[in-house]
Amino acid sequence: MPKVTIDGKTIEVPQGTTILQAARMIGEEVTPPAMCYYTSLKTSGGYCRTCIVKVSKMSEANPNPIPKPVASCRTNCEEGMEVMNYTSPEIIEARKGVVEFLLANHPLDCPICDQAGECHLQDLSYEHGSDDTRYEFERRKFKKIDLGPFIQLHMTRCILCYRCVKVADQLTDHRVHGVLNRGEVSEISTYITTAIDNDFSGNMIDVCPVGALTDKTFRFKSRVWFTNPVSAHRDCEKCCGKVTLWYKGDDVLRVTARKDKWGEAEEFICNDCRFEKKQTLDWTIEGPAKISRHSVISANHYEKMVEPSLFKLNDIKPFEDQ
Amino acid sequence: MSKKLLTEHFGVQGIDQLPVYKQHGGYSALEKAFKKTPDEIVQEVIASGLRGRGGAGFPTGKKWSFIDKKSGKPRYLVCNADESEPGTFKDRYLMEVNPHLLIEGMIISSFALGANLSFIYIRGELLYVYHILEKAIAEAYEAGYLGKNILGTGYDLELYCHTGGGAYICGEETALIESLEGKRGNPRIKPPFPAISGLYNNPTVVNNVESIATVVPIINMGGEEYAKIGIGNSKGTKLISACGHIKKPGIYEIELGLPVEEFIYSDSYCGGIRGGRKLKAVVAGGSSVPILPAELILKTEKGEPRLMSYESLAEGGFASGTMLGSGGFIVMDETTSIVKNLFNFTRFYHHESCGQCSPCREGTAWMEKILHRILHGHGTLKDVDLLWTLQKNIDGKTICPLGDAAAWPVASAIRHFRAEFEDFVEHPEKYQDVKHYFNQIEDKQLA
Repeated sequence: MPKVTIDGKTIEVPQGTTILQAARMIGEEVTPPAMCYYTSLKTSGGYCRTCIVKVSKMSEANPNPIPKPVASCRTNCEEGMEVMNYTSPEIIEARKGVVEFLLANHPLDCPICDQAGECHLQDLSYEHGSDDTRYEFERRKFKKIDLGPFIQLHMTRCILCYRCVKVADQLTDHRVHGVLNRGEVSEISTYITTAIDNDFSGNMIDVCPVGALTDKTFRFKSRVWFTNPVSAHRDCEKCCGKVTLWYKGDDVLRVTARKDKWGEAEEFICNDCRFEKKQTLDWTIEGPAKISRHSVISANHYEKMVEPSLFKLNDIKPFEDQ
Repeated sequence: MSKKLLTEHFGVQGIDQLPVYKQHGGYSALEKAFKKTPDEIVQEVIASGLRGRGGAGFPTGKKWSFIDKKSGKPRYLVCNADESEPGTFKDRYLMEVNPHLLIEGMIISSFALGANLSFIYIRGELLYVYHILEKAIAEAYEAGYLGKNILGTGYDLELYCHTGGGAYICGEETALIESLEGKRGNPRIKPPFPAISGLYNNPTVVNNVESIATVVPIINMGGEEYAKIGIGNSKGTKLISACGHIKKPGIYEIELGLPVEEFIYSDSYCGGIRGGRKLKAVVAGGSSVPILPAELILKTEKGEPRLMSYESLAEGGFASGTMLGSGGFIVMDETTSIVKNLFNFTRFYHHESCGQCSPCREGTAWMEKILHRILHGHGTLKDVDLLWTLQKNIDGKTICPLGDAAAWPVASAIRHFRAEFEDFVEHPEKYQDVKHYFNQIEDKQLA
């Protein structure tokens, strides 16, 4: 049971726990943001580099610091490890750089994006990014690829977190999409169009942190903050049947998996539940879903208002001429 | 002339054929090695002080001692022949001229590591070298140096040569392993390191061609004898591929510790700068290491002469030093534009980035676009500062060293030649040949 200290807070964690998981156990105030890590998907994480932290002391046995920042989602805790996240100015600066890279080619088409309001990249850039961009070149665009009847792919919005690839690898019986090309022009694609056809493909939408994969049955129906999340369940042969229904008035506009406070699906659901069952009669209603993140989705039932401890108004400096 | 260990028989006609190779003492090291235990060979390599010749300079013997022998899993040796660092062409030459030296080294190293299956991962563009190696491997099988029960010792080894698709990133050891497994060549996230979980999740050692070939002279002359060559912690000889504006470009085997000045100006090596011009800058170890101006490459900041060794070249850190790297020695004379050269390097890293992690994927492309703009005469002084912050944001934040390799040339070029960058953005009209240069590139791309 290694003891690890993150930003001065110590916790004892089971062997094999990553720094990110340990930080999540301590609480939101020390937890680095994560765009590509997903607890229930094996080998996820390590790609986006937003969760980098500074290891100021490797372990009790080896008290040296690690010279480079490490990806907290893929680094295991060691006995006596000391980690600096928000207490390290260089990490805050480095993370700002990473956010800038993630946004460099992002189209910033939030006003027409279905993900807006529950987009992790929006949260990330608001909390950890800088307030303007230095990227002055044409942003890259991709040709649209038709994935099938349920899922809309907008490759221009993708940040290549590989989560949807891991979902297809670990959840469905065979993967038909992946990353084509390399470097700046690498893209998520099926190579052969309309190829994604299996019962759990819809989970790609849930794991996508940005608006690259969206629900075709919900497209342009409503902004998410005008819909009310309600927990519900049904007896499903294929999956757990525990979902969140998103209501607008009396209509179920969308069905998603239930998400925890880190935005990760608690249990994955099947395509029948997600795309076919859009009547209240199909479901047993449990009550309003709880939203604990500082989300714009206001169903007037926040558990608590999260203190904006990560970004303070006073810290925002007036615009400097560069 | 210094001692020749690897290139000793390179002038011999037909040295790529087994009978000729044997006439010149080939496979005698193998017979010697089989009289020792595997651990003794590892000790011998540790004693020799051999450091990895691929670029990072990690002690080879130490790398071997890390391999997981307790788990009982099969172990593999992989030879990294995916040499694609701009300015480096030593491994290609070595494999082309003397393939049996590599094969003998592979057998000894595999025996030392207890590997019964080994691979040579060769860069796809070197197809003709692949055919040379295949022929040599077939000869070695025929003569009983490979296969079952080698030389009656009861040791089995299968050796395969595998061609890659020509990606620079597949020279990174974990990307190489992924590619060898038949997957997309993306670097893995470490730990676990290949010595614990590498090829097919089994313990694997990945070594450079030159490192493995050097095992042969180490066994022949003994580790301690080998350690007498060289200087400080840089033992033995190293192949340097010299190119650029010198009179005699080519491959030179040098004893580590040779003064850089002697290497550039001596007639037995590079023979001085072409056309009697002045030396401007040197990239000492392949495109990724920091570029140094003439005054810093010949003498360290303290005024001592700089030597061709791991320590001496690195003296002064990145502020005034560089690295020995892979031994790709690129010399530039006073007519060279550092801005253009940097654009060329950055274009390469942009093209070769695998796209897995965001700083490298977006950063390399961004830096290339800025340099492209500067070269077209539309740059501003702000661009130079932006380049500096971008390289800082990439350096050390990526999964594999490609990000660092892309950032260091930018950092060093701006650090040492900032005035030239500023001159370029302020007076682009002075650099009229730029248009011509771009036309050349575009013609090539169209062709």
